[in-house]
Amino acid sequence: MSLLAVEEVSKRFRGLTAVDGVSFAVGEGDIFAVIGPNGAGKTTLFNLIAGVLAPDQGAISFAGERIDRLTPDAICRRGIGRTFQLVRPFPALTVEDNALVGALLRRPKVEAARAHAHEVLRRLDLYDKRHQVASALTLPDRKRLEVARALATDPKLLLLDEVMAGLRPAETDRMVAILRALNRDSGITILLIEHVMRAVMALAARVLVLHHGAAIAEGTPDQVVRDQAVIDSYLGAEAL
Amino acid sequence: MIGSLNPRARVLLLVLLAALIAAPLVADRYLISVLILIFYFAYVGQAWNLMMGFAGQLSLGHALYVGLGGYVSALLWLKFGVGPWLGVFAAVAVAAAFGAVIGWLGFRFGIEGVYFALLTIAFAEFTRIAFDHIDYAGAAGGLFLRVDESGEWWNLRGGTLLFYYLALALAAGALVLTAFLARTRLGYQWLAVREDEEAARALGINAFRAKMMAVLISSAMTAVGGVFTAFYNNNLFPSRVFDINRSIEIILAPVVGGLGTVFGPVVGAFILTPLGEALTALTGLFGINTPGVKGAFYGLALMVIIVLKPSGIWPWLARTLRLTEHRP
Repeated sequence: MSLLAVEEVSKRFRGLTAVDGVSFAVGEGDIFAVIGPNGAGKTTLFNLIAGVLAPDQGAISFAGERIDRLTPDAICRRGIGRTFQLVRPFPALTVEDNALVGALLRRPKVEAARAHAHEVLRRLDLYDKRHQVASALTLPDRKRLEVARALATDPKLLLLDEVMAGLRPAETDRMVAILRALNRDSGITILLIEHVMRAVMALAARVLVLHHGAAIAEGTPDQVVRDQAVIDSYLGAEAL
Repeated sequence: MIGSLNPRARVLLLVLLAALIAAPLVADRYLISVLILIFYFAYVGQAWNLMMGFAGQLSLGHALYVGLGGYVSALLWLKFGVGPWLGVFAAVAVAAAFGAVIGWLGFRFGIEGVYFALLTIAFAEFTRIAFDHIDYAGAAGGLFLRVDESGEWWNLRGGTLLFYYLALALAAGALVLTAFLARTRLGYQWLAVREDEEAARALGINAFRAKMMAVLISSAMTAVGGVFTAFYNNNLFPSRVFDINRSIEIILAPVVGGLGTVFGPVVGAFILTPLGEALTALTGLFGINTPGVKGAFYGLALMVIIVLKPSGIWPWLARTLRLTEHRP
């Protein structure tokens, strides 16, 4: 059974159809990527799943239940953790307290939550920086903190919005390694919206390609990069 | 980042507390009255700080809760003979109900930041105007409690010492409560909402609930301060208790001491109240009685403090005197 099911979902802003009848399903334990050129509707789709926007048409189900009318906090409590494309850690709080806020969702006792936050920070290579204020971190560190904070809420599904954007190749590889280890060790399902093909090819088992709000291809990474429609609209011939 | 107090600072705090408990043995009447003011501003400043410093919700109308607390408890005492120990519960309930309405209006309809602050001012002003016309509560002429220094202490009818220890207990209690709340799940939710509400919601935090809790706790605490002032001053006038100047007075100590810190309001009150008193004494000494001179110097001093220490005196003091746990 699929963990996340998006069925015929559409979202219009005035005249513009940002997401146009998109359907896909993410199975439990999968790493699934959504790619597409700028303005393809990726972030709108992401915000529909995360509850920031409500779809005009269609249904979004998580673990068999409809979630498309829930608020972002209710969706997180159901078990979906998200990051923001433009990272937004709590700037005045320490790295540890940032993760702690996430960990408190399922652990009302602060000490138990702090222990869990430490565990998550270790996984994301941030433990040694736990007493630093978040605003003092470099971009790669802030990106990993964003993942750590979402992960601390114990999600079944992790939504990553362009988490590789702005990273140098070495940092991208580090993030890919961390995410792959997470998926392998805890079986967490990951849905990533991504621009960086290097990361998508390395991580995703399945890829959905959006163009002008519509899904134009879906398949394994190898299949979609050979798809003529994808090459024409997005990748360009030189990608091969 | 400020950690918790280190052992040395804890000892200092206990010494300070002991000195304040013993102060009436040596201090004269004037000094005691200044200390009462300090404790009062530390107390209401702490209540305001929970809402603004921790949860990030700016209220410029906290005089509303002081006034409501004062009026409800004074009316119960004057009209029904209900003592303040019981009246305080009614005072808290009424103030919290007003806080709930303001919070609900603001948070449900997305009135944020300065617009929310305007809403809090509007409520305080409307209430002032309403009380100016409520004859049952003395209207603009005010309410007076009979001064009775040898009366029933349990009904807050007593001398200065009674109010001294009560104010000290309130200030200390508020400090302990804030320190406790800051270490709970709710305390961390407030910080998250203050820092970035959308990100907080993405972590499963019900931001509406967290902000409502802040307003309810803050308004309830502030109402207790209102009960205190009513029985300490023995009079209430709408134009005085609900005035916006009273609301501004409340926020100065936490702003100067350090927003969102547990000790900020206390440190701020210990600096600002004596500063005001010193300016009164100095202008008197030099025979300056031009209206507004004291206010001008007070304002100047505030500006200097805020320019020099924009994040408050306490964080700087804690660093300089090494009062908090050092972290690598």
